[in-house]
Amino acid sequence: MTFGIVAWGGYVPRNRLDRSVIAATHAWMAPSLKGQAKGRRAFCNWDEDVVTMSVEAARNCLGPRDRSVVGNIQLASTTAPTADLQSSAIVAVALRLGRKVNSMDVGGSHRAGMAVLSNALRAGGKPTLVLASERLRAKPASVQEMQYGAGAAAFLLGSENVAAALIGSASVTTLLVDHFRASGFAHDYFWEERWIREEGYLKIGAEAIREALADAGVAPDDVTSFVFPAPSRGIADAVAKAAGIAPTAVAGALELDVGFTGAAHSLLMLSDILDKAQPGQLIVVAGFGQGADVVVLRTTDAVASGRPARPLADLVAAGHTTQSYAQMAAFYDEIHPDQGMRAERDTKTALTEQYRSSDQVNGFVAGQCSSCGQVQFPQLAYCVECQAPSTALEPLCLAEEKAHVLTFTADGLTFHPSPPMYMGFAQFDVGARLLMEFVDVNPDAFDVGTALEMRFRIKERDETRGYYRYFWKAAPVA
Amino acid sequence: MASGIKDKVAIIGMGCSRFGERWDVGTEALLAEAFDEALQDAGIERGQIDAAWTGSCFDRINVGNSAIPAATALRLDGIPVSRMENMCATGTEALRGAAYAVASGAVDIALAIGSEKLKDTGYGGLPVQTKGTFNDLWLPMGSAPAGFAQLAAGYRTRHNIPKEDLKRAIGHVSWKSHQNGVLSPKAHLRKAVPLETILNAPMIAEPLGLFDCCGVSDGAAAAIVTTPEIARALGKRDLVTIKAIQLSVSSGRESTTDQWDGSYVRNTRNAATKAYKEAGITDPREQLGLIEVHDCFSITELVTMEDLFLSEDGRAVSDILDGFYDRDGKVPCQVDGGLKCFGHPIGASGLRMAYEIYNQLLGRAGERQLSNVSMGLTHNLGGVPYLGVAAVSVLGLQ
Repeated sequence: MTFGIVAWGGYVPRNRLDRSVIAATHAWMAPSLKGQAKGRRAFCNWDEDVVTMSVEAARNCLGPRDRSVVGNIQLASTTAPTADLQSSAIVAVALRLGRKVNSMDVGGSHRAGMAVLSNALRAGGKPTLVLASERLRAKPASVQEMQYGAGAAAFLLGSENVAAALIGSASVTTLLVDHFRASGFAHDYFWEERWIREEGYLKIGAEAIREALADAGVAPDDVTSFVFPAPSRGIADAVAKAAGIAPTAVAGALELDVGFTGAAHSLLMLSDILDKAQPGQLIVVAGFGQGADVVVLRTTDAVASGRPARPLADLVAAGHTTQSYAQMAAFYDEIHPDQGMRAERDTKTALTEQYRSSDQVNGFVAGQCSSCGQVQFPQLAYCVECQAPSTALEPLCLAEEKAHVLTFTADGLTFHPSPPMYMGFAQFDVGARLLMEFVDVNPDAFDVGTALEMRFRIKERDETRGYYRYFWKAAPVA
Repeated sequence: MASGIKDKVAIIGMGCSRFGERWDVGTEALLAEAFDEALQDAGIERGQIDAAWTGSCFDRINVGNSAIPAATALRLDGIPVSRMENMCATGTEALRGAAYAVASGAVDIALAIGSEKLKDTGYGGLPVQTKGTFNDLWLPMGSAPAGFAQLAAGYRTRHNIPKEDLKRAIGHVSWKSHQNGVLSPKAHLRKAVPLETILNAPMIAEPLGLFDCCGVSDGAAAAIVTTPEIARALGKRDLVTIKAIQLSVSSGRESTTDQWDGSYVRNTRNAATKAYKEAGITDPREQLGLIEVHDCFSITELVTMEDLFLSEDGRAVSDILDGFYDRDGKVPCQVDGGLKCFGHPIGASGLRMAYEIYNQLLGRAGERQLSNVSMGLTHNLGGVPYLGVAAVSVLGLQ
């Protein structure tokens, strides 16, 4: 029985910043950045991180599929919000994968995303959800600040309706340290770009690709699409040439609208390829870092069945360009604007309560009263309408339900990392109603009646203790 | 319905501190300022008070939690003192506690006193409080203006009112209060403000601008209550009695089901219905001589005119613009300037409103005095319109 990619989906934060704005900001001391001032990069909102992007990519990937069949969830990132708290577990609860799912976080290298995908493809077994998500941080005025982006990709692997099958793979492990980031450090440290290119990408990458093609028993000429992630432009073309792959097969690296997304980048690029792929295509995907992992995939007649509701091209096109370098810098903790005394509120989380209510808060599970039918969030001891005991409430997840704006305001007084805070009542078609924060709002096209969809986001950041808590917010339907 | 407390309780003394940025005093002194005036007005000694209810909302910027600090501040020795906290209805809750104790026959003379020292937060606006371990996990932590501003979206949608027209009507609400506040010596803000200034002020929470929001002030107010019989025995002739005090608290229905359209406050309607019945009011538009309502934000006052059944649904905009609630209108609203000009020291506001009605009923309102006033109403709205507490009380001459 063939095991392979069944479905996929990406996620790119809505925020974009023109690289020319970054370059202009630093022109007084780093005029050479102007040479890279082309296109725009994606950056996370204050309430987006590796966890939230993973959830959104996974929702895009899974669509209406039965999530209870997922046996494993594996999340790769080098920028997970916590050093010791499983991001994949938070994602699993948000996706309502069930208590029996096997969860695992992987990090340590930009190669992690590809490592997880290739290992899961090789391992086979139960349906597996592979996630790679990255919110790369870069020192202001560094080349990386121009190159880095943010995004996530999700792949559902399984044995039924396989859209792309694994036909070969290879791994190489070396100790070429192109860059590193020590634990507790905020930024990456890089070695010379030319050395990384010539000794790293061109030799190690090409070696792994040749071995993977040999494992698959296919010739470089047969490759339809070639995915090779790197922060700098032109690398993939050079590696393709070194490996004998046709220049026309080299996939675009999302440089102009997203930027480099580290451990997520191979998977994000692959999702873009698969969005447009036809049956019978041969795809080579590599991941680089202390060696390389490479898989060779062939699309099947079922390739169209794996496509997400939102192709990556749509997510890329949906970007909202800001002109504020300071906003990006503040969201990434590079500058610390005075947030006023209102920001001093203690946001300590009662972890006991969080555990008790994790289905509701993380899973967004409302209750439908079996006596009167009222759908209600939150679920308390008695039905809000007929006062039936909570044992009468049947779980009903609101994450995918349709809603619209009933009331709203833009709150400029409360502390909010990105004021004003849009909030108001979301009225769900199924009858539930709750006060929610609205995100990704275009003020000119937002009013009572605006259609809403749900997003998993950071609810609050407890900066004192370094703990983020998550909830669902509502965004205008994209 | 129970027989209620109509005319079973008389107010024999009231006091009110000067409201404002009271950099000069702490909470204890504010309490004393209101207490001293109330004692003097009642003509009794402190030792004659049998029980007290003290209201405050934010313990960290007041004297602290429990009733002990207030009892200590006022040297109320050895009598039952209870602390009340029910959001913006706190002051009225203190009066309700004292009045119900007297009406029950449990005590002869009771004190209700409320205070808040908001200027000890270090910033304008209300302090941000936890909403409980569970609610903090999911409820947006919006400001008070944001909670009430949503009424504007709901109201204009239900009644199909253009944004500009609603903005002008709520602007008139604030304009009126500023006009009235000039005549209130104890008010925080005593300056008339042009309508254009109000309409063009910086936005706080859409569509509420700076002048659509009440001030943040320090203040205290107090009432001493007893039975009409004891009041007369104490030599009181013109008796102001409590005709009704009613309260309604949300169960979550408005915020959880689709049975509320965002355009009104259900709790106010509930409390008003019950209070009118208790007080014997059948036509509030005719029977109420003046009203002090919870104008925390201008949009709140606008919808409250309909929630108190003074304006027909959808007619508050025109009634307000027609001057029906102006000082020289049919039902003057906020003749002392309201929360808008007094500011809103949470625990004090309900009692401050009662203080104005009390003085108007007794003909003691000085430059503000209205003619032929025999019954007035106070209204508080705590929490947010969709999850809160409303209090309505009616005071009148016996």
